[in-house]
Amino acid sequence: MLELKINGQAKQVDAEGDTPLLWVLRDTLGMTGTKYGCGIAQCGACTVLVDGNATRSCVTPAESVVGMEVTTIEAVEQDPVGARVVEAWTAGQVAQCGYCQSGQVMAATALLKATPKPTDEDITTAMTNLCRCGTYNAIAAAVRQAATA
Amino acid sequence: MDGMNIPPTDAILGRPPAEVTIPENGVANLSRRGLFGIGAGALLLGTLAGNRTARAQGEGMAAAAPRPGSQVAAFLEIRGDGKVRLLSPFVEGGQGIATAMAQIVGEELDFDPAHFIVDCAPPGADYLVVNGRRLTGGSLSVRSSYATMRQLGASARNMLVRAAAARLDVPEGELATEPGRVVHKASNRSLAYGELAEAAMKLQPSEVASLRDPATFRWIGKPVARLDARDKSTGRAQYAIDLSVENMLQAAVTHAPRLGQEPGDLANEAEVRAMPGVHSIHRLPGAVAVLADRWWRARKAVEALNVTWTEGRSPRALPADFSSAGMLAALRAEKGAGNPAEESGDLAAAFAGAARTVEAEYDAPYLAHAQLEPPSAIARFNGDGTLDLWLPNQAPEMFQATAAGIAGLEPAKVKIHSPILGGFFGRHFLYDASAPYPQAIALAKAVNRPVKVLWTREEEFLRDGLRPMGFVRFKGAVGADGMPVAFQAAAVGEGPIGRYFTPNQPIDSSMVEGIAGKPYAIGAKRVDCVKVAQPPIIAFWRSVGHSMNDFFYESFLDELAAAGGKDPFEMRLAMLRDSPRHATLLRAVAELSGGWKRGPFDAEGGRRARGVAMASPFGSEVATIAEVSITDGEIQVHDLWIAIDPGRAVNPAIIEAQVRSAAAIGLSSSLLEEVTYEGGAPQQRNFDAYTILPHARMPRVHVRVVESGAALGGVGEPGVPGVPPAVANAVAALTGQRIRSLPMSKTRLGSA
Repeated sequence: MLELKINGQAKQVDAEGDTPLLWVLRDTLGMTGTKYGCGIAQCGACTVLVDGNATRSCVTPAESVVGMEVTTIEAVEQDPVGARVVEAWTAGQVAQCGYCQSGQVMAATALLKATPKPTDEDITTAMTNLCRCGTYNAIAAAVRQAATA
Repeated sequence: MDGMNIPPTDAILGRPPAEVTIPENGVANLSRRGLFGIGAGALLLGTLAGNRTARAQGEGMAAAAPRPGSQVAAFLEIRGDGKVRLLSPFVEGGQGIATAMAQIVGEELDFDPAHFIVDCAPPGADYLVVNGRRLTGGSLSVRSSYATMRQLGASARNMLVRAAAARLDVPEGELATEPGRVVHKASNRSLAYGELAEAAMKLQPSEVASLRDPATFRWIGKPVARLDARDKSTGRAQYAIDLSVENMLQAAVTHAPRLGQEPGDLANEAEVRAMPGVHSIHRLPGAVAVLADRWWRARKAVEALNVTWTEGRSPRALPADFSSAGMLAALRAEKGAGNPAEESGDLAAAFAGAARTVEAEYDAPYLAHAQLEPPSAIARFNGDGTLDLWLPNQAPEMFQATAAGIAGLEPAKVKIHSPILGGFFGRHFLYDASAPYPQAIALAKAVNRPVKVLWTREEEFLRDGLRPMGFVRFKGAVGADGMPVAFQAAAVGEGPIGRYFTPNQPIDSSMVEGIAGKPYAIGAKRVDCVKVAQPPIIAFWRSVGHSMNDFFYESFLDELAAAGGKDPFEMRLAMLRDSPRHATLLRAVAELSGGWKRGPFDAEGGRRARGVAMASPFGSEVATIAEVSITDGEIQVHDLWIAIDPGRAVNPAIIEAQVRSAAAIGLSSSLLEEVTYEGGAPQQRNFDAYTILPHARMPRVHVRVVESGAALGGVGEPGVPGVPPAVANAVAALTGQRIRSLPMSKTRLGSA
C-alpha cells in the first residue's frame, strides 16, 4: 500500500512501489485523463505536475512521489493558471484528435506557473510534448494567450 | 487527360468492390484459419460484400432496408434537455467530422450545432451513406454524405412541424421554425423540439422535405467551433484506451519479433504465473498474453516471460532475411515494363526530337502511423449470446464481420462500439495481425470474463501496418524552348488498393496516383505500374500514394525545369495554361507568400530559398510553397504557404486546421520518418528511434481556402502531398543538391 497525495486528496493505493505513477492514476485510481503514449518519456502524453513541476508520469515510480503533491488534468481547472490555460486551449480550438492535449495543457500550466510571461523561446523549450496532429502552432498561440489573460 | 483511365484511391474506397468475387464462405473460413486469416484482400473484400445485409444492432429497426441515411429515428435523438444526439456514420479522430455533421444536419433541422452530442453509430444498414458503404477515410466523409445528411436534417424538421401541426391543430403551412422550436406566429404559440420529439419520431420521414436556400445558411460554410474542444482540453474526452467494463481482466501481449513466428516453449511459465496480480498466461497466434488484474502487472509479467519463438506457416510470414534495404534493391532491379496507367502522344518521337533528356530514380521508405493512442480493445461475451467489442476503428461493419468470424457468431450478434480515435491517419482499417481485438475475443472466450488488451508502444510499432516503400524511375525531356515535351515514369512496388481492393487489376491506383493524371500539359506521356509484392503488412497512410508520389513527380518536374533553364513556378504556370482551376490556385499560393521568389536570398539567420509543388489529391487541388534554410547540414523549414481548393467549404476553420495538421505530418515524413527492417523485424520500436516532427521544428503554416465552386473535395489528407516536394525543391534551389530519397535527414547537405 502506498499513500499518495493526488489533487489535494490522500489516496491509499494497492500497487507495487515501482509501478509508474501513470498506471496508478489510470488503472488503480481510474483517472484516465492522463494518457499513455510511449512509456519512455518521449512523447509527454502522460505529463502531470509533481510539486508544480511538469513530470512524465510513465517513468516516475509511484513510490518516488510519496509525500509530494501530484496534480493531474482532472484538477487542472482548480488552479487559476490551469484554468486560464484550459480557456485558451478551448477558445484557440487547439485540439484535433486531442490525445496529447492533457499532457500539453499540464506542460503549459507548469511553464506559466514558473514563467508567467514566457518568450517564444521559453515556449519552444518547455513545450516538448509530441503532437501527431501537428497542433504545435495553436499550442504556442494558446500559451501566449493564457499568459496575457 | 488522354489515356488516364485509373480511378483514384478515394473513388475505389468509395464504391463497392465489384472487381473481385468473394466465395460465399470466405468470412466463415476465417475462424478455421486462426485469428489472423490469410489473404487480407479476401478478408476485407469479403466483409465489404457483406455490408448490405448488415442490420442495425439496435432494437426496433425496420426489417426492410430503407435507403441509407433516410431513417431519422436511426440518427437523431431529440432530447428534452435542449440537446440533440446524432449517431454519426463517421468516427471522430481529430478531423472535426463530428462538428461538420452537426453543422450539416443542424442547418436543415434548424438546431444550433453547438447543442449537438455526436457519437459514432453502431453497425447498421442505415449508416451506409458512403456510396452504399461506410468507412471513415479517403477524405470522403463530408463530400460523400453532404446531400444525405442535409436531407436527413430536413426530414427531421419536417416531422417536427407535422407533429406540431397536429398538436396545435393548425395547418402545417402556418408553422415555421426557429432554432430548436416550432413557431405558430398567428397564435403566438411555440413548442420546443424536445416537447415534440416523441410524436414526431412516430411519423414516416418525408423524403421530399424541402431544403434550405444555401444563401440563408447560418452554420454550413461558417467557422463553427469544434464540439469537442473543451473535453479534449480537460482530459474528459474518452478514447478506447480509457474504457473499462465491470469484472474485466487486463491483458498485455508480446508478439513474435518476426511476423509469422509462433510461441513455442515458455521456460519460466510457473514463475511468471506467480507474479503479482497475474491471472493466467496464454499462447495466441503469433503472440503470448498475460492476463492480470492491472495492466502494468500484466505487462511486467509478459515481458518477464521467456518465450521460444518457432517458425510458423502463415502465408504473411516475413522471411528471416527480409530487410528494407534489400526490398529497395529489389524494386530498383525490377526493369519490367508493367502496365500503362496513363499514355498519350508519341513518346519515342518526342524523346527523339528533344533537346535534353533527364533520368532519375526516387524512393521513399516504409512509414508507421505513429498515432499517439496505442491500440486497445475490450471484448465482452454476454449472457444473451452477443459480443460487445470496444475498439478503435474506421469501419464498424468491416470489423463486425471479421469479429463475428473470429468469435463464431452471426454478425448481428456482434455489437461494435467505436470510440473517438487518438489519431488514425489510416491506422484503423482491417490489416492482418495489426489490431488487438482478435486477441481480446480469444482471451475473453478462454477465461469467460471481459478482457481488455492494450498494446505497448513497442508492440504497436512491431505490428503497425506500414505505408509501402515507394520507388519510381523517371525519364523526361525538354524541347529547344526549354519546356517539357516527353515524360515517362514507372512506379514499382505495391500499394494498399492493389493488395486489398483490386488484386486482379493490372493497375494499382495507389501506386500511380500523384504521377499519372497530373494536370500539366506535356506532349507525350507514359506512366507504368510495375507490380512487385512487398512482404510487410502494408496500409493506408494519410494521403496514401500521394504522400510520396507527388514528391517524386514534382521534384522531377523541377529537374526538368533545371534542364530547360526555366523557373519552376513560371514553367508550371505555362504548363497549366489550359487548366484555369490549377493556374488560379498556383497564383493564389504565390500571392499568399507575398509573390513568387525562388531565391536563394538573404534573410534573418542566413540564406534561404523557396520551392513550389502542386497536387490533386482526394478531389481537392493544392498548391504549396516552402521556404528553407540549412543550418549545420540540417534543413530548417521556416514557412509553408498552402492554398487548397476543396470546391466549397463546410467549415473553413476546420479545413485550415486540417491543412496545418497535414502540413505537419507531410513535413515530418519529409524530414524524419522511416521504418527500416533487418532480419525480418522493424528496427524502430518507439519514438526515440521513430522520430516524428517535434514542436521546435514546426514551421509557420499559412493557409488559404479557395472556393472554386467545383464539386466538394476532401480536406483531411490533401494538405500532405505538396509539402515534401516543395521542401525538396527549395533545398535544391538553395544548395543545388537534389534529394531523391526520403527522409531528407539521410542526406548530408552542404550549407548554402
